[in-house]
Amino acid sequence: MRANAILYALLGLFALCVPLLGIYPVFMMQLLCVAMFACAYNLLLGFGRMLSFGHAAFFGSAAYATGWLVTAHAWGPGAAILAGVVVAALLGLVVGSLAIRRQGIYFAMITLALAQLVYFVCLEAPFTGGENGLQGVPRGKLLGFLPLKSDLVLYYVVLAVFIAVFLFIRRVVHSPFGQVLKAIRDNEARATSLGYEINRYKLLAFVLSATLAGLAGSLKALVFGFVTLSDVDQSTSGDVILMTLLGGTGTFFGPVLGAAVVVTLQQYLSDLVGGWVTAIIGAIFVACVLSFRSGVVGELLAWRARRVKPAPP
Amino acid sequence: MTTVLGIPVAVILGQLMLGLVNGSFYALLSLGLAVIFGLMRVVNFAHGAFYTLGAFAALLGLQWLGINYWVSLLLAPLAVGLVGIVVERLLLRHVYGLDPLYGLLLTFGLALICQGSLHQVFGATGQSYPVPPALAGAVNLGFMFLPLYRAWVIFVSLLVCFSTWFVIERTRLGATLRAATENAPLVQAFGVNVPLLVAATYGSGVALAALAGVLASPIVLVNSHMGSSLVIVVFAVVVIGGMGSILGSIVSGLLLGVVEGFTKVIYPEASNVVIFVVMALVLILRPTGLFGKD
Repeated sequence: MRANAILYALLGLFALCVPLLGIYPVFMMQLLCVAMFACAYNLLLGFGRMLSFGHAAFFGSAAYATGWLVTAHAWGPGAAILAGVVVAALLGLVVGSLAIRRQGIYFAMITLALAQLVYFVCLEAPFTGGENGLQGVPRGKLLGFLPLKSDLVLYYVVLAVFIAVFLFIRRVVHSPFGQVLKAIRDNEARATSLGYEINRYKLLAFVLSATLAGLAGSLKALVFGFVTLSDVDQSTSGDVILMTLLGGTGTFFGPVLGAAVVVTLQQYLSDLVGGWVTAIIGAIFVACVLSFRSGVVGELLAWRARRVKPAPP
Repeated sequence: MTTVLGIPVAVILGQLMLGLVNGSFYALLSLGLAVIFGLMRVVNFAHGAFYTLGAFAALLGLQWLGINYWVSLLLAPLAVGLVGIVVERLLLRHVYGLDPLYGLLLTFGLALICQGSLHQVFGATGQSYPVPPALAGAVNLGFMFLPLYRAWVIFVSLLVCFSTWFVIERTRLGATLRAATENAPLVQAFGVNVPLLVAATYGSGVALAALAGVLASPIVLVNSHMGSSLVIVVFAVVVIGGMGSILGSIVSGLLLGVVEGFTKVIYPEASNVVIFVVMALVLILRPTGLFGKD
């Protein structure tokens, strides 16, 4: 436990000092947004064992909503982010209530198909800019006085939101709700027989996850100043699954680590190997599934548990 | 010219024809998915990639080796089926007995590898495959022109789909397969080589996808992405039809192709999404799917 606390303190310190270390703040903000997305996803996959193949729909639709309100209607960033989050939550409610009617692989296929529906809507709707997406999304002033135009200010805002989301997810998982969710994950029939309305728990988990994914998407729209179809594309859904799986599903820090690895890979690998990135991402997927299904953090935790308490003879 | 609701009949029939062609592809692909899932409990996300591979096998066979369409129709599914068997033996067999989600994730990774590599080697632009001369042109039926090649696609798909159904439901081999689906260890105890059966089943399911790819190559542009959005539509078809039934997957594939075709006539903007909307409606009204049992 103490080792964890020290680790988190060091990471926090590092995150605070990032601008001083000369790391490109936009890259760090991208990383934080994507990590937030992965943490939100992990709430669903790791603690509810629901494999959504369509989370880009929530990330992207919130990004579009925020981008459009800021650009076409001159909303402030705060209100626009809130609106984006609401859009993602409502969409999560609709998709979630359809998808939880089936389990396991069917759940995955349904979320994938509904996300594709959202993709086509974003492609053809009049306010999304079609193939071009929304360009030149202004950052504006948060709460009327914080100038987000400055990368430094925006970085600390994104960092603060990220930490809040991270702590919120921990709180949710440790709450009675989170415990029931884990019980459903481990044995659905037993949880039902204990009198829990499992579909309500699953739906709430789904909506929460979609909402937080939307928050990540809205922030991303402001950070980059553009929203494109790739934000709602199935490859984005695939990326977030990989991050969670690679880092460790059902661990708190795993998705953050996974996001850091995948984003860094995509950034630097594309300079080195160009278009091979997709194939390499696919290969990492295969390797993950075949050899370390509990992810980097999951394997580390298991290793530590084995060292502390030797296996019984 | 005769019209229905102000739309010329020839247009409606033409779209119906296109819908049936698409429906044939959906049927071939969802049939393969159903056969694989039935025995292995693996949802083959790589199905779209194998469809793409089938089309590329035909295209490259023609460009590099001069293999004509008719030979490709046989050879490409065979070659891709062999690739499928290798994939099953090397990779997929490691996820049996695990949560089926891992099979989905593994094959998703395979699809990315395949799609990414093809994209890198052959670029993003599509190439067209010439329609075989014997099937070029169209026949005038009096009320509409029937493009020969499209009629051929529908004919071959139906033939293959119902042969597959016949083999599985009406032959001794099919009986063994169905028995292995119910209880693999028991069938193995009777002296059936179940691992071989599983590998062959995956190979055949994948070969069906490749056949669809070859059939599609003269009507669509052959490129690395041709399978990636198709597989999502086929998943929706599978959710609508229910994966438990062979006949169900064939019928719902064809049916949804026709529905899509009609939507193109009535409200073209919605034709991309109509299958997903139908899926949502089916989930509300009959969550187990039209032909599903579980």
